[in-house]
Amino acid sequence: MAPLTPAPALRRKAVRERLRTLGFLSPWLIGFTVFFGYPLIATVYFSFMHYNQIETPTFVGLRNWRYVFEQMPLFGPALWNTLWLVVVMVALRVVFGLGIGLLVTKVKTGVGFFRTAFYLPYLAPPVAATVAFVFLLNPGTGPVNAILGNLGIDAPNWFNDPAWAKPSLVMLSLWGIGDLMVIFMAALLDVPREQYEAAELDGAGALTTFRYVTWPSITPIVMFAVVTGVVQTMQYYTQALVAGKLASGVSVGPGSVIQPGYPDHSTLTVPQLVYSLGFQNFNTGAACVLSLVLFAIAMAVTTLLMRRRAGLLSAED
Amino acid sequence: MTATTTLPAPAAPSRPAARRSPAPAARRRAALEWIAVHTVALATALFFLLPFVFVFLTSVMSDDQAMSGELWPHEWHWSNYAEVFSTPGFADWWRNSLLYAGLGTLFTVCSSVPVAYALAKFRFRGRRTAMLLVISTMMLPPQVIVIPMYLVWAQQLHLSGSLWPLIIPMAFGDAYSIFLLRQFLLTIPREYLESARIDGCGELRTLLSVVVPMAKPGIAAVALFQFFYCWNDYFGPQIYAAQNPGAWTLSYGLETFKSAHSVNWNLTMAATLLVMAPVIAVFFFAQKAFVEGVTLTGVKG
Repeated sequence: MAPLTPAPALRRKAVRERLRTLGFLSPWLIGFTVFFGYPLIATVYFSFMHYNQIETPTFVGLRNWRYVFEQMPLFGPALWNTLWLVVVMVALRVVFGLGIGLLVTKVKTGVGFFRTAFYLPYLAPPVAATVAFVFLLNPGTGPVNAILGNLGIDAPNWFNDPAWAKPSLVMLSLWGIGDLMVIFMAALLDVPREQYEAAELDGAGALTTFRYVTWPSITPIVMFAVVTGVVQTMQYYTQALVAGKLASGVSVGPGSVIQPGYPDHSTLTVPQLVYSLGFQNFNTGAACVLSLVLFAIAMAVTTLLMRRRAGLLSAED
Repeated sequence: MTATTTLPAPAAPSRPAARRSPAPAARRRAALEWIAVHTVALATALFFLLPFVFVFLTSVMSDDQAMSGELWPHEWHWSNYAEVFSTPGFADWWRNSLLYAGLGTLFTVCSSVPVAYALAKFRFRGRRTAMLLVISTMMLPPQVIVIPMYLVWAQQLHLSGSLWPLIIPMAFGDAYSIFLLRQFLLTIPREYLESARIDGCGELRTLLSVVVPMAKPGIAAVALFQFFYCWNDYFGPQIYAAQNPGAWTLSYGLETFKSAHSVNWNLTMAATLLVMAPVIAVFFFAQKAFVEGVTLTGVKG
């Protein structure tokens, strides 16, 4: 005799609650569908089409995919550069950021000054920072090579040398390490003090203390830094593009078609290639294939890294 | 907190005898450590600040000297800054940057707060999935979806050549802001919300009169990050505003500025500093909110 459905008042409450949740979530639900779901599906659709943004798209099967993987001369260098930057930049950023973080926690006088000094470059707009670095590292007129010259050091050509262009970008990125420093600093200050005291009483040296006390406590944050670093570097675009354009010295206005990645495609990244194909060569199909490659790599890397807890979804409540 | 700070006290009386003997050596070691740490820190800090110094010194040099690689200006040409400001278009770039960053921030905050609140405090089926989807949008390179989006804005809505295709989507939530705000709202105890409900507040009233005031630091952090994101954005304006110089922002215009003044490094450096200045000025006013925001995204998930 028990009612199979809940009392009408209860049911009405449940419905109201669900509507309320939907209402609060609606900005994101709309945004996700329109500005994320739709374009993702459309990218897959266009990857099978020949489309130059003027004529109507025509179906060409896997031709764009084959073109990108088998014929496109710049795909190899762009992929290589992106992966090179992902590995080198992320590794150095984490090591360097942790080092600066440790240094700041050890400082006892003038903490505010040091924190600000290390944080400030992170705030510099990427374009402005890149313009500044292209000037600072300019082989002819830049102050860095002037100083190195005075010291009798044979300075490299930085952004103008294919072998040094990517390391120069890494230097630029290390200059803006401020965000990682703050994250690591907070994590380091969270390590329980008693553990340090216990380690000291046991007579542990600095390295042993780091290995057995500090490191286990900060691994989630290091994982977080690695995951977000990989994702950010997969998107690496502005600095590489601006550095390449300015260092080439050619007076180029926006919209002008130049071979990206000066010198010798050494700074060409996959996102730059997407832009170049889609907005300069109007080869929409190939650009979409490349977008999907970027998507696949980003997804693969993040799921792989997220599996080993990255501290992203803990604290459910 | 209090427990850990008071704990060592009882142990102290039993130790002074053991402590006194190594005192001079220990103190010398502490002093040496202090010197070593501060020397390294100072040297590193100087390296971080030197680029700013060189950029500034170059920005007040004469045209010729800026080409010479010399470090100290012979004469201080403050007029370089006036010259940058009088460059055609420069004032428009300021206006566009402020419009993009100002409206973008306002839209983002208004649309992301309710979503973050629901994700942090409502219990509903699919909450975990929703959170995972938010994080995955946060993780995705913007280049992955830009082509179809551009085609819609340019061909169906005829809005390319303006900043609206960048500003309008911000009225529909921003994954990064939602994530950061949710982390912040998780720290607000449920009891506050329950007592508001008992007092007869509706969900919207609770959000506006209880949650928002308590979440001010988190909202401030989100607003700052979004402002800087827009101010620094290059890719977005390049996609949508490139063909119309009247819609360029400072970040986008700066690179063109260098191309147009291909030999004038002094003017370029002055312009570079002018683009950096607002960001750095805002940082000094809102340091606390900033640092809290950064740690919130990274620590204690």
